[in-house]
Amino acid sequence: MAERYSSFTPGGTAWFLQRVTAAFLIVVLAFHFFLLHFVNHASEVTLLGTQQRMDHIGYFLTMVLFLVAGAFHGVNGVYNALVNQGLSGTPKKVVLAVLSLAGLALVAQGTYVALVMAEMI
Amino acid sequence: MSQSYNRGLIEDFGRWKEFSAGMWAWIFHKFTGWMLIGYLFTHIAVLSSAIAAANGETMMIAGEQVNAYTGTIQGLEGLFIIRVLEVGLLAVAVFHILNGIRLLMVDLGVGLTAQDRSFYASLVLTGVITVASVPTFLSGVGL
Repeated sequence: MAERYSSFTPGGTAWFLQRVTAAFLIVVLAFHFFLLHFVNHASEVTLLGTQQRMDHIGYFLTMVLFLVAGAFHGVNGVYNALVNQGLSGTPKKVVLAVLSLAGLALVAQGTYVALVMAEMI
Repeated sequence: MSQSYNRGLIEDFGRWKEFSAGMWAWIFHKFTGWMLIGYLFTHIAVLSSAIAAANGETMMIAGEQVNAYTGTIQGLEGLFIIRVLEVGLLAVAVFHILNGIRLLMVDLGVGLTAQDRSFYASLVLTGVITVASVPTFLSGVGL
């Protein structure tokens, strides 16, 4: 049997959500890179161009969902990697709290920035 | 009769010479994951300059007065090191995506016998896409 290394317990909620967000991120991350480096060059990005893109509600919602999925996938991935390294007990709880707060702060700040870019606030 | 053996701690990187393709894929996936989440925090921090721009803050860039968002992004994009780091980010993202697809396939039980080969294919494809994108990423920037 092939050796299998995973930081997750297969079948758990975190395991499932990590894979659902992965499938979403594969598509949207590729789209994001392609749009902002090959269609529009990053060096030519302006506030006006960003506002025009974010004015489309579909694009705006995709970007917010991209942020939420990316933040969850990243923070959950880091947490499970640390648990896999042997993190347990109180340090595990502290790390979970710190990472959760960092993830929520990232989503809150990112959503605020997205709303400003879309001129909604 | 069941047998057990002590394979040692798989996170013991001192044993790197014994690592299989699957172990390297696992390590690279973690490394690229750490890079990407670190970048996401940085990315949102840079994009937050849109808040200052919306409040009317401006800055000088290449002798021109522009809003804080345009100035921050174009100022960063004018630096050669940022372009090099962007190529590195692309390599990291492409590998994480390709190896992620490979992991999803493994989870679904697809291509289990080709796990090693699909890891090598992920590495080669990452290299090809990264090299092919270098001209685009370095266009219009001086040393």
